[in-house]
Amino acid sequence: MIRVSVQREAFDIAAETLALEAAGVGAVATFTGIVRGDDGVTAIELEHYPGMTEASLNDICAIAQERWGLTGCTIIHRVGRMKVGEPIVLVVTASPHRAAALEACAFLIDRLKTDAPFWKREYRGDVAQWVEQKTSDVERGQSWDG
Amino acid sequence: MKLVYFARVREAMGSDGEEMEFPASVLTVGDAIDWLAAQSPRHAEAFADRSKLRFALDQRMVKFDAPVTGATEFAIFPPVTGG
Repeated sequence: MIRVSVQREAFDIAAETLALEAAGVGAVATFTGIVRGDDGVTAIELEHYPGMTEASLNDICAIAQERWGLTGCTIIHRVGRMKVGEPIVLVVTASPHRAAALEACAFLIDRLKTDAPFWKREYRGDVAQWVEQKTSDVERGQSWDG
Repeated sequence: MKLVYFARVREAMGSDGEEMEFPASVLTVGDAIDWLAAQSPRHAEAFADRSKLRFALDQRMVKFDAPVTGATEFAIFPPVTGG
């Protein structure tokens, strides 16, 4: 079961986790990304490529499902403007065993950062600045190849 | 071909996209960027730093050497920063 959503609204972590638990699995892992208040950042704004974003998230879920034998996989990514402390992204994986659920969850957030067409802008008060891609994120994404 | 721009590229172009017919000499993504950069000072500036550009053809990520022929949508954008 794959569920992908790109949305402006906040998500309900408990409800999303419960939905995957309902499949009667042994392990559910979750990752939640939260807006950090680094260097005076007050808010961020996420832009995306409608259509391609959903397709790329579906693709990485399908890869994870195959590679780790997941029984379920959910990715919810918010777009628009979010304040420091608000959740941005949720990844939930379900599997009979913990190792698969945890590894697949790490794979999905790493690959989301390199494969999904989102762009992040940081706000410090009224001053906006595009975020640069981190080399360390690219390396983490590539580390799952092969 | 339908060109679409995102994030910093969209801002540099002052537009989220345009229709463009490439000449027959444009075979790859790299050729298309070279040709586009010669269309106006604004294009030249938006596409000046090739290391900061990424591409998708019909919503699939591709590299500079990918053939553009036959594609209907060509997206140009900075490296992605989601998550």
